[in-house]
Amino acid sequence: MSVDAATVRRIASLARVAVTDGDVDAMVPELNNILGWIEQLSEVDTDGVAPLAAVIPNHQRLRADVVTDGGIRDKVLANAPQAEHGFFAVPKVIE
Amino acid sequence: MADITDLGVAAIRDGFRAGDFSAREVADAFNAAVTAGRALNAFIIETPDHAIAAAAAADRARGAGELLPLSGVPLGIKDLFCTAGYQTTAASNILGGFIPPYESTVTAKLFAAGAGMLGKLNMDQFAMGSSNETSAFGNVISPWRRDDGGNAPLAPGGSSGGSSAAIAARMAPAATGTDTGGSIRQPAAFTGIAGIKPTYGRCSRFGIVAFASSLDQAGAMARNVRDSAILLEAMSGFDPRDSTSLDIPVPRWEDGLSSDLKGKRIGIPKEYRVDAMPAEIDTLWQKGIEWLRDAGAEIVDVSLPHTRYALPTYYIIAPAEASSNLARYDGVRYGLRDLPDGANLQDMYAATRAKGFGPEVKRRILIGTYVLSAGFYDAYYTKAQKVRALIAQDFERAFETVDVLLTPTAPSAAFALGEKSADPLEMYLNDVFTVPASLAGLPAMSVPAGLDAKGLPLGLQIIGRPLDEQGVLNAGLAIEERAGFAARPQNWWAK
Amino acid sequence: MSSYRIQGATGEWEVVIGLEVHAQIVSNAKLFSGASATFGAEPNANVSLVDAAMPGMLPVPNEECIRQAVKTGMALNAEIHRWSRFDRKNYFYADLPQGYQISQLYHPLVGEGAITIDADEKAGIAAPRTIGIERLHVEQDAGKLMHDQHPTRSYVDLNRSGVALMEIVSRPDMRSPAEAGAYLRKLRSILRYVGSCDGNMEEGSMRADVNVSVRRPGEPLGTRTETKNVNSIRFVMAAIEGEANRQVDVIEGGGRIVQETRLYDPDRNETRSMRSKEDAHDYRYFPDPDLLPLELTEEFVAACAAELPELPDAKRARYEGPLGLPAYNAAVITADVETARWFEALVDATGKPAGEVGRAASNWLISDLFGALNRIGKTIDQSPVSPRQGAELLGLVADGTLSGTLAKQVFEIMVDTGEDPGRIVEERGLKQTSDTGAIEAVIAEVMAANADKVAEYRGGKDKLFGFFVGQTMKAMGGKGNPAVVNELLKKALG
Repeated sequence: MSVDAATVRRIASLARVAVTDGDVDAMVPELNNILGWIEQLSEVDTDGVAPLAAVIPNHQRLRADVVTDGGIRDKVLANAPQAEHGFFAVPKVIE
Repeated sequence: MADITDLGVAAIRDGFRAGDFSAREVADAFNAAVTAGRALNAFIIETPDHAIAAAAAADRARGAGELLPLSGVPLGIKDLFCTAGYQTTAASNILGGFIPPYESTVTAKLFAAGAGMLGKLNMDQFAMGSSNETSAFGNVISPWRRDDGGNAPLAPGGSSGGSSAAIAARMAPAATGTDTGGSIRQPAAFTGIAGIKPTYGRCSRFGIVAFASSLDQAGAMARNVRDSAILLEAMSGFDPRDSTSLDIPVPRWEDGLSSDLKGKRIGIPKEYRVDAMPAEIDTLWQKGIEWLRDAGAEIVDVSLPHTRYALPTYYIIAPAEASSNLARYDGVRYGLRDLPDGANLQDMYAATRAKGFGPEVKRRILIGTYVLSAGFYDAYYTKAQKVRALIAQDFERAFETVDVLLTPTAPSAAFALGEKSADPLEMYLNDVFTVPASLAGLPAMSVPAGLDAKGLPLGLQIIGRPLDEQGVLNAGLAIEERAGFAARPQNWWAK
Repeated sequence: MSSYRIQGATGEWEVVIGLEVHAQIVSNAKLFSGASATFGAEPNANVSLVDAAMPGMLPVPNEECIRQAVKTGMALNAEIHRWSRFDRKNYFYADLPQGYQISQLYHPLVGEGAITIDADEKAGIAAPRTIGIERLHVEQDAGKLMHDQHPTRSYVDLNRSGVALMEIVSRPDMRSPAEAGAYLRKLRSILRYVGSCDGNMEEGSMRADVNVSVRRPGEPLGTRTETKNVNSIRFVMAAIEGEANRQVDVIEGGGRIVQETRLYDPDRNETRSMRSKEDAHDYRYFPDPDLLPLELTEEFVAACAAELPELPDAKRARYEGPLGLPAYNAAVITADVETARWFEALVDATGKPAGEVGRAASNWLISDLFGALNRIGKTIDQSPVSPRQGAELLGLVADGTLSGTLAKQVFEIMVDTGEDPGRIVEERGLKQTSDTGAIEAVIAEVMAANADKVAEYRGGKDKLFGFFVGQTMKAMGGKGNPAVVNELLKKALG
């Protein structure tokens, strides 16, 4: 599978990373190089193989339904680029 | 008395207990070494006050007879571990000024065990790299130099390059690292130190900036095998806040150390003999085999047929998970925010992330986004998870006939900074020997085994069964004792 | 099949409706974090570092949320999947701190089930219908964005971020707004019976996404649109009608329906296309690597089943059968779990077998209690009269202390004062009299005062009997035992 400039722009948009024309031009061959190399996986016969679900056999534990957290608004907002009146502030969104 | 900075973890712990020196003396000695060694750029921030406070507590504890396992021992902490009240960057601008109001489980355990922190160690940005050349805070320079007279700065390996450089340069007796595809083992090999990645789930990932969740593991980097065992014991243990954490007791690895390998079988996987492998590496591998035989082990040839697919598998799964894990860095709740004039919310995201992430991070985010995107998910991601299952099965089958595997750690000694950064793919190939054990979640370590023709360290890797860190450490000890690796970099960096 | 049709310019159109309901799970803490899941706190007060998606934070699932979802699945007669998995749904928005929502796409917790909606002639539902459920899965709720506090900024409150939701997806089996309304009412009732969701649509704890398409009867399915986050049953029904009509107009005008997301505007009573949150909806779902597959033990599943209360359909059948309630009463009382509970407490408090008192108790509850609650504007769980007090009142009628009329009087006083009926009867002397001597005396007086009417009655004007009953009762202050009064009057008048 290979990508072109339009695909790189679309992927960058999906990933919310702004890219300049120069960025895109540089990335197309770079990504194609890597993607071409990854392609070799299609050689492997994986019929009947289940994708790995858990790396080391383990069971998902469930937590008791007790409130053990929260009430730490100051900590939550401490590193915010912009916090006001107890909220995180962002550029206004029109819905 | 020998220079305190020549002492490793066990020597410091035991010497301090025996009253040979105070914890404060130890902290002062290493703090001074850190300051003097800034030319290596191994630390992003220095935290001498933390080391001194821990030393003071240790000195008091000694007086009261209430010593903790790591009382008196100062450590370097890779800047991927969130440390409460201390800047944590993951070596990226996107976490600009972020000061976590919480402590990672691993560092909490270390500090509760009495250890102090010398500083936050430089690393590849978001743990993505094999040479510590992707940090937003500049390259880390290896204390090692080739003995050809040229002074080309060398890579300390990555992503835990600051950790490996600091230990090799005696600025810290040991350090934490993280290993996702080889980021502890490869830098350990490049700098002639020991480094161990435990079984996946042994150390909690809570509070460690996530790169690839199903692969990331914290681990220990130190001068020798014993020190690694001591540090790893203090770092490990079940954490209910991490769903992938293993709920099993931590064995006493230090107590269990033994280099007598009688009755043990060592597997030599034939697929690790790759094309164009430098002869010196092969020779060292053969020496390793002899050493283990000498220690009483039986040597067995084994096959891990899917080995060559491990790297491409890794470079699908790791970027995919990373692309999702790094979505939270958006300028809303912490870190960098770039808000160009007239930018709306989505513009702010795109601008912030373009400005805050380095080129390698962006590359991996794009690859990860692509392989998860509609139409490609089955062909790439699902396929990779199936191949991963086959790779894990290869190991499982091998471990039916052997107890541990012996391989080289890296396909070369340390290269010069800038030598491989032109082609990302060439950089990825550094991880060819380390990635398979990561994909299978197996415990693995690198021990320094010899020098190459230019006087640079080479390491050997031991891979073990799930939960058999002891087997890995013991084989490592057997090699360490016979390799007699005593080389150290000549000081050119400290004033 | 439903007879609901849209009358278009070129003929009749059938409407196909599917509903995706998001129901907030009743629990103390959130799905993957230990912060409180309750409503109404100060902004960002119920937020943990996990909810704020700080670096290195990890999810751990809440057992009660899983239990609630399993119980709900059982109440929907659905398949419980012993093995299920969490997937990440990736997109960027300020109410989604992680940049992904933890949901379940590929392997949900609960599979196929069904809900039966009742016949409702007036609403055009001729017979009971089974509406299929495709799946139920658990996922995280998002935070809240406020847009009108500041001219250039929106504010983010993460209190709701990470609260557990059940997403319940129906099959596109509904064919009219009325059927959709009935489905939602039934689903809400079931959720409240199980106790897994309070079903409060106005407060947002239950929201519906409405999928609508139209087609000529007998033709294949048309393209559907999705109208999101409708927060009342009335609006859902209006949105369906509005959207179906819009689609018919578009198609008959030569256009095509675009598969898109829309919002319902109740002020204009129309749906409109959402200015897209993002152009391409490529959510890049993949299994969440911070979580392991969810495996339910048979013990866990059995414990969930044991905790299920009697559900509405079964309860209704029991009320109609062994309890002998009229079908209407059984339906009304079982429609809401609070009402059913009140009713059963009432029957219990009478101390008599349910089969004996059930019918009368249900009649009283529906006419008298509901009447009073409507008058004072309260719901049954806010009733000033308790089931014990209701039972006492019914007992006083059954043992002859009160006539039906007197009982109504006493009940009014109970509602106003909250006092026990026995005390009210004592304090105000409201017992009915069955004393034949006293009644005969009053009758004699009445007859004496109305000799002319006595003559007319005896002359054949039977209707006057009611006059004499009224006069006798009035003279007795309403306390005459009606049966005794009747009997004695008949004897006296001849």
